[in-house]
Amino acid sequence: MNVLMQEMSAKALKLGIPLSVQVDLTYRCNEQCVHCYLDHEDHGEMTTLEFKHLFDELAEAGVFFLTMSGGEILMRKDFFEILEYARALKFCVKLKTNAVLIRERQADRMRSLGVHSVQISIYSHRPEVHDAITKIPGSLKRSVEAIRFLKAHGLKVTIANVLMLQNIQDYPGVKALANELGVESTLDPTITPKMDGDRSLLDLNVDNAALRRVFRDESLVGNVEEFCTPPKNVNDDDLDLLPCSAGHTACYVSPYGDVYPCVQFPLPSGNVRRTPFLDIWRHSDQLKEVRSITARDLPSCSQCTHIGSCSRCPGLAYMEGNMRGPSTQDCEKSYARTGIPSAILMSKQSSISLSSLIQIQVAPRVAPSIPVSPPDECLSLASR
Amino acid sequence: MNSKRYVARSSEIAARRLGDEMMIMSGRDSTLFTLNEVATAIWEAADGSTALDEIVQRKICPAFEVELEVALRDAESLAEGLAGHGILLLSDEPFPPPGQESK
Repeated sequence: MNVLMQEMSAKALKLGIPLSVQVDLTYRCNEQCVHCYLDHEDHGEMTTLEFKHLFDELAEAGVFFLTMSGGEILMRKDFFEILEYARALKFCVKLKTNAVLIRERQADRMRSLGVHSVQISIYSHRPEVHDAITKIPGSLKRSVEAIRFLKAHGLKVTIANVLMLQNIQDYPGVKALANELGVESTLDPTITPKMDGDRSLLDLNVDNAALRRVFRDESLVGNVEEFCTPPKNVNDDDLDLLPCSAGHTACYVSPYGDVYPCVQFPLPSGNVRRTPFLDIWRHSDQLKEVRSITARDLPSCSQCTHIGSCSRCPGLAYMEGNMRGPSTQDCEKSYARTGIPSAILMSKQSSISLSSLIQIQVAPRVAPSIPVSPPDECLSLASR
Repeated sequence: MNSKRYVARSSEIAARRLGDEMMIMSGRDSTLFTLNEVATAIWEAADGSTALDEIVQRKICPAFEVELEVALRDAESLAEGLAGHGILLLSDEPFPPPGQESK
């Protein structure tokens, strides 16, 4: 993030402005990815008019970055009408898509409407791997063709790759493909639970050894020594940190109008079909609670040596059962990165050894049954 | 000779007011700009049909207590700078109303 952007973010935080909002236009999709967290049935998406009204409200609230995602955004027949309306309101529009439906004409339209950037999901450079993940034969070919169309029209494209067991060997190939296409790429090592609370998708996450290799890949992280350096002693500044921008300068709106702090933080905070967006943003008890939490308020994490450098996601923590608790996946990432277990991992290790002796039964945590999706900038490893 | 200059906001940009400043991102190269309070007032008045000297006279001088000659010189410099980055359009003639631009 450049200095000016940091200044603007700090100002937005001070003024309580939602600088960045992701709106999912639909959960319907033309791919059936093995790691997807969504229910693709349409349970009553907002209409064209409702989206336009929402965008009016977002502009009034001061939103600058508007990310349109899904599902697959081009499954909506009114997609370009919605996009045109958003651009007329002068949002900086970013799109997330699998690009299977983007041909020359769509690329030209996106360029003429002034789309800022397009993020496209590519899981492997090999069709047999990518298409097995999307379950759509020919999908890699279509997506790569779309990237070429978009590039030819001068659009900024980023390839987004999600690391999982199925494609663990292929991220260097995806990076090479991105280089060949002249686009940036990101790698996200986190698989999230399904929207119905089913956590079986977490089995697709790569193991700690694979994470360690990824975190020591210079082409992904830059200076490995610096990236993997063990945490320093915790100080007061670390404890005053805000967890992330979710609910502070960013939020998420689902296709049904539900407002959450983030796409990956499914804490129901209001619905724009019933309440004006600004009222939700300013007065929702849930968002106020999220905003009240600093690192100091996290019972376990505030005692952890990683607190100053951990990528702890409050949304993943919420899905584990407590927004003030740890996000175990991030604990594991801190461990893989530095070789030093987090406070939670150490306590789990000791409780595992104790449980084998005294057989304490722990009640299972129930995950909330509302939609979530993987993070983007907050957890990705970006590469050029 | 008509020495008036007209200014219009480019449709290629992203823009939003943030407090008393304006955040603008160039559609050409994604460069981010912020305009201060005075520049924001000029930007918001740049409707394509009002001449720059009228904008300065009506919106800037009364609000910011600045002399016309000084304000106009600064406004022209600002407009040329922003036009150089493609985020403001400059012309000696008024711009056609939205929807009637020639492609």
